[in-house]
Amino acid sequence: MAELLLIGRLAGRRIAFPADRVEGVVELEGITPAPCAAAHVAGLSALRSRVLTVIDGLAALELGRAREAAARDAIAVPCDGHTYALLVDEVEDVVEAAGPHAPLTAPVGAGWDRVAIGTIEANDELFLLVDPYLLIAGPAAHAA
Amino acid sequence: MDELINDFIAETRDMAQALSGAIVAWEAMPDDRERLDEIFRFVHTVKGNCGFFDLPRLEQLSHAAEGALAEVRAGGRVADTALVNAVLAIIDRIGELVQALETGESLASEDDEQLIAALSNQAAAPRAEAAAAEPETKRALRSIRLSVDLLDRMMNGVSDAVLARNELARRLRDAPRDVAVEAAFERVSQCIAEIRDGITRTRMQRIDSLFSGLPRMVRDLAADLGKQVRLEADGGDVELDREMIEMIRDPLTHIVRNAIDHGIESPDERAAAGKKPAGALRVSARQAGNQILIEVADDGRGIDGEALVRKARAAGLLTAEQADRLSPAQKIALVFMPSLSTADEVTAISGRGVGMDVVRANIERIGGVVDVDSRPSQGVRLCIRVPLTLTIIPALTVSAGRQVFAIPRSAIDEILRAGAVRIDRVGEAEVATIRDRRVPLIALPVLLGIDGAAPREEQKLVLLKPAGGEVYALAVDAVHDHEELVVKPAAPAVMAAGLYAGTTLADDGSPILLLDPSGMAKRAGINFAENEIDRALHAGAAEAEGARETSLLLFRTLDGGRRAVPVAVVERIEDVAADAIAFGAGKLRVSIGGRILPLAGCAAAPATGKMRVLRLTDGVSEIAYGFGEVIDIRALVLDFQPAPAPGEIAGIALIDGAQVELLDPHWLFAQHADAGRGEAPPPVCALPEGDPWIDNMLRPLIEGLGYRIARAGEPSDIVIAREEDAVPADANVVRIRASAEGEGVHRYDRAALIGALAAAKPVLSRVEGGKGHG
Repeated sequence: MAELLLIGRLAGRRIAFPADRVEGVVELEGITPAPCAAAHVAGLSALRSRVLTVIDGLAALELGRAREAAARDAIAVPCDGHTYALLVDEVEDVVEAAGPHAPLTAPVGAGWDRVAIGTIEANDELFLLVDPYLLIAGPAAHAA
Repeated sequence: MDELINDFIAETRDMAQALSGAIVAWEAMPDDRERLDEIFRFVHTVKGNCGFFDLPRLEQLSHAAEGALAEVRAGGRVADTALVNAVLAIIDRIGELVQALETGESLASEDDEQLIAALSNQAAAPRAEAAAAEPETKRALRSIRLSVDLLDRMMNGVSDAVLARNELARRLRDAPRDVAVEAAFERVSQCIAEIRDGITRTRMQRIDSLFSGLPRMVRDLAADLGKQVRLEADGGDVELDREMIEMIRDPLTHIVRNAIDHGIESPDERAAAGKKPAGALRVSARQAGNQILIEVADDGRGIDGEALVRKARAAGLLTAEQADRLSPAQKIALVFMPSLSTADEVTAISGRGVGMDVVRANIERIGGVVDVDSRPSQGVRLCIRVPLTLTIIPALTVSAGRQVFAIPRSAIDEILRAGAVRIDRVGEAEVATIRDRRVPLIALPVLLGIDGAAPREEQKLVLLKPAGGEVYALAVDAVHDHEELVVKPAAPAVMAAGLYAGTTLADDGSPILLLDPSGMAKRAGINFAENEIDRALHAGAAEAEGARETSLLLFRTLDGGRRAVPVAVVERIEDVAADAIAFGAGKLRVSIGGRILPLAGCAAAPATGKMRVLRLTDGVSEIAYGFGEVIDIRALVLDFQPAPAPGEIAGIALIDGAQVELLDPHWLFAQHADAGRGEAPPPVCALPEGDPWIDNMLRPLIEGLGYRIARAGEPSDIVIAREEDAVPADANVVRIRASAEGEGVHRYDRAALIGALAAAKPVLSRVEGGKGHG
């Protein structure tokens, strides 16, 4: 079976996440700040009775910070025993990949280089394939 | 029928588990009739039930064991090691069979005969077989029949129900009032609260469940290795999340195995080293701040740091240069390096491919730490510290700006209004002066970079005493409520702040961060190290001057009076619900953590709400003492006016310019403790006369312990004598000495002195009894 991809928009670009690393799509109601936490942590939120650590996708790319808004789309990603909510501009759809992903042959731009694992084709379009774990790890982990 | 057989399985399993301690005790004292009866009852019950269910193999086994035990009971036979082993093997087999019954497996039966034969006088017990079968049985005995997953799902479900209830409550408030609907809603609310409470509790387990298997394991191991080990387990009532207990089980088992296998020497070796033949193994648990401490200490040969270095060098893990630079503590810590084992030969006991490196990895995986401390030929002390996360902790919710945070209540000393406290600005920092004591002040909103909502004088000060640190004041905008919170670990990116101990959910479903008191102090740069040194120096100076300080807990009684009690007798402080207090059999009693304790300090149970109690202990029994609030903990030289008559109050002392009544713990225990001596007159103690030190220092202490000082020439129960004093030959003497070395108890070694006095007591009660009738 072909790999499933979750297509979303982050920092104005359409990107693909491997769907097997994603638990689901959630709409966050309110984010509790976590002062002094890592810069790409937007805060905490609750999904039913679980605490989600909200990751600001823009900050994780070091391309700015997400805007304040009442309710926001996020991608729930379980990782190392914690569940993270990855803030994105918009979640579009789940699609089947047309084939295996291809490695990157040229830089794809500041921020993106760190989180991209290749390119992948689906629905006759070419997407940047992004590893959500790398977004969660944030810029600091890369520097270290 | 199925249901009946399930009951039988569960019952047999519970009984077998409860019995494992009794078996070990019985072996140590084969003529202990009570234990023998207990074991006899077990096999007898099993036999009876088997007949009913038609389980011939179980019946045969239990019948044989019953027969042998009956002989012992009738005095026809002595319970020797062979017999004890044979009975144990049969009880193990019963456990296996019961487990097989439950899972529907079949178990080979050919060696049943062998087990039964072992019961007869001549045959040797098939130990190897029993030992091999054991681990499996153990696991079966301790399994719970609910998966933790299911508990988690129930927990999540209930939490969702709470959220739904809150939503409904909001809607109801907006809708036109309907009394009937509101009443129904109230009931639903209450039910949900109760279910939630219940489910939360099901996740918690006393650490007892981890300790209960130890006596048997220690006994079997010691027997296999030809060693003698005395196990002491302490702190079984500390509660931990079930999952946490399961995570700790294997590492703890491994540490205990190691201690017996590598640490404790054989009786001969111990005798040669001048030690008692039986090695001591102490396993204890306690809650310290926001951590649970589990300590395993033995008095064996210790870890040979040099041998470890040699091994590491041989294995190419260390260069000669690196090895030279290692401190003794670092050498011992090499024990945690992969593929290093201290023993020269791998034994069957701990050479099972699991090393201390795995122990450490497992503990660290749950956010814990393992420390090791070893002294050559004195023993090893391993300390596992696991965080309270995953556990339920009582916490205080506070806010900074509009955000709510939680603080673990164990770290909170006191809460004050900022307006009522002198606050000085020192450079950029602030210092609060609370009852003549200067403490650093941290403002939570400033620390977190949040816009504070309240002006300083409306803020509240929370006095915090982190584990192992100094007191400081935390200014918060508001203090909300005491709550019991289920704390979960926070994500690494959040923990990186160094300020938090975990996350939890508020009643309205929003996340709350649990603050870490020592982390906040560290971040604010409060330098505790210096304070610690200062304190140590002062303590030394005080000791040199001969002024012995007693640490006192100052508190307000329920009717507002100021009283104090030595901290040493306070086990812990707890809140109890009013309905846990009842008047029965002539005394007020309170039930705490599954125990019933006599309650002093109040005349009647409060009508509603909660009451705070001090749990006081004399090392053997415990009593609870109801009080209003803690004022402070002070170390002072006890100088007090004794009360005119013995009673709850030993005397009056002047502390901070106010009169404070000092509790007399001895009287309290004599009066309230259940095993107490009732109305026995205070024991009489004779002291040497004309020595100012004795009169000014020792006498108040002895009186404080509840002894009456003998008048000149009066007969006494205990005689305290200096080195140079002559004493009557038949007296109970406690010698005290002024010099650091020598015979008897050093004059400032309070604990040893109390110990020596206590040790003299059993004899004392005989003397007393004789006198009472004479």
